[in-house]
Amino acid sequence: MKRGPSVFNLVSLTLGFAFLYLPIVLLVVWSFNASRLVTVWGGFSTRWYAAVFQNDQLMQAAWITVRVGLISATLATVLGTLAAVALTRHGRFRGRTLFSGMIYAPLVMPEVIMGLSLLLLFVALQVDRGFVTVTLAHTTLTMAYVAVVVQSRLATFDRSLEEAARDLGATSTRAFWQVTLPNIFPAILAGWMLAFTLSLDDLVIASFTSGPGATTLPMRIYSQVRLGVSPEINAVCTLLIGAVTVGVIIWSLASKWRARASA
Amino acid sequence: MNRPLPRPSALIPYVWLGLFFAFPFLLVLRLSLSDVALAIPPYSPQIDWEKGIDGIREFLGGLDFEMYDRMRGDHLYVNAYLTSLLFAAQGTIMALLVGYPMAYAMARCRPGTRNLLLMLVILPFWTSFLIRVYAWVGILKPEGLLNAALGVIGLPPIDLLYTPASVQIGLVYSYLPFMVLPLYAVLEKMDHTLLEAASDLGAPPWRSFWQVTFPISLPGVVAGCLLCFIPMVGEFVIPDLLGGPGSLMIGRSIWTEFFSNRDWPFASAVAIALLVTLIVPILLYQRQQARALEAGR
Repeated sequence: MKRGPSVFNLVSLTLGFAFLYLPIVLLVVWSFNASRLVTVWGGFSTRWYAAVFQNDQLMQAAWITVRVGLISATLATVLGTLAAVALTRHGRFRGRTLFSGMIYAPLVMPEVIMGLSLLLLFVALQVDRGFVTVTLAHTTLTMAYVAVVVQSRLATFDRSLEEAARDLGATSTRAFWQVTLPNIFPAILAGWMLAFTLSLDDLVIASFTSGPGATTLPMRIYSQVRLGVSPEINAVCTLLIGAVTVGVIIWSLASKWRARASA
Repeated sequence: MNRPLPRPSALIPYVWLGLFFAFPFLLVLRLSLSDVALAIPPYSPQIDWEKGIDGIREFLGGLDFEMYDRMRGDHLYVNAYLTSLLFAAQGTIMALLVGYPMAYAMARCRPGTRNLLLMLVILPFWTSFLIRVYAWVGILKPEGLLNAALGVIGLPPIDLLYTPASVQIGLVYSYLPFMVLPLYAVLEKMDHTLLEAASDLGAPPWRSFWQVTFPISLPGVVAGCLLCFIPMVGEFVIPDLLGGPGSLMIGRSIWTEFFSNRDWPFASAVAIALLVTLIVPILLYQRQQARALEAGR
């Protein structure tokens, strides 16, 4: 807008972002507090970080969570991209309404319902709950998000490029691999990132579909939080926040660099 | 109309979603009509496949609506149900009141600033949701940061933690980005010459807002509200960590029935009741998304 932000706009932005970031900032500060109490500053300390790395249960849970995330995000990206292509490129086909319904519903479906229903499926199929079932559940949850991200890129992507490839004699499969896919690749990558972070963060669906030996990090954090204040958790969170921030910075630098290279 | 069958590449995600998303709802429905049993899995009747048709007939005869009658008769559940709807409605309205000015202000910034602010809205998604909610415990508890701050400016302390208010704060806090993003998406695309035209015709700013900007942003308002309201109704983590006995929400009671009481049929009945309530908003959301996709083409 030409007039630029007014005082009211600036105030609402400041308050809004303060609200969003206050708890995150506090967690980071508390993680360096030598005292167990959040209201007492006992001096700067990294003892909770040392405690995290000595906590085998937490480290093991983190490792399981990362593996579940990597596998489920990759599966979800393949499935979600296929679904997005079907929704934007295949025109009308039988059962399309049901298909698009099943794509959008997981985005808003309360996690408790999805967790319960997936658990009942695994019980009915007589599959032991554990690593595999959590991974399958997370794939189902996150493929919808990938589909929506990729689909919005496909919807704005110039179809005449695909048509040109077809006119030049490429099969539709080849046109997809050589023209469409490179063009929608940033969206696919963004979808994978989103799927991965959603999987890392999920407590409810993992709690329903996981079994002994496959406790994920959010499940471990939840049980510690329930037991009371544990400053170690603040340290875990700060590490997660740090990892995410570094990832985002690398990501934005890379996309800036790419934009400059292609300009 | 004779429509073609889905292509093989579409069939893979189709079958996947059918098996892992749609079909399990039938299992929830079937379980909600069953009874608790001391067995593994902990419910009856089971289909006895060896008896063939008779086994299925016996199984169907064993289903009943007992769980639903129990839920209707138990004021705890009726209350949890109403509380969930009320909290979600209030939380959605508050998120709209906080989120709209934010999205509006973001859309008025320069493009460079806009992208930075957009990043800042998305960034909290990438930090653990559980932990961010948990951080509010440290802020709201009696000896927490809020009361320390109130003490400094000489105000009496307030006890917010484990009250409905703390659940509301948690809901608005967690779902605010889901409100801001769709609002920002419509406000950013708005044609600003319309506002200039309104002001040239003598409309004061508040009037051009209500008669021009707000109606244009309505699809974003609807999308944002649905995106907040539907998951808020079934929210588990927020009422569990921030809520007290007075703020039992339905998502938490499904969890308790399932994990603590091991009453799978009852948990399923509560889940079905929740799903039936949310089916209309969910269908609205789907229609809106599909329409947005068509318009984007």
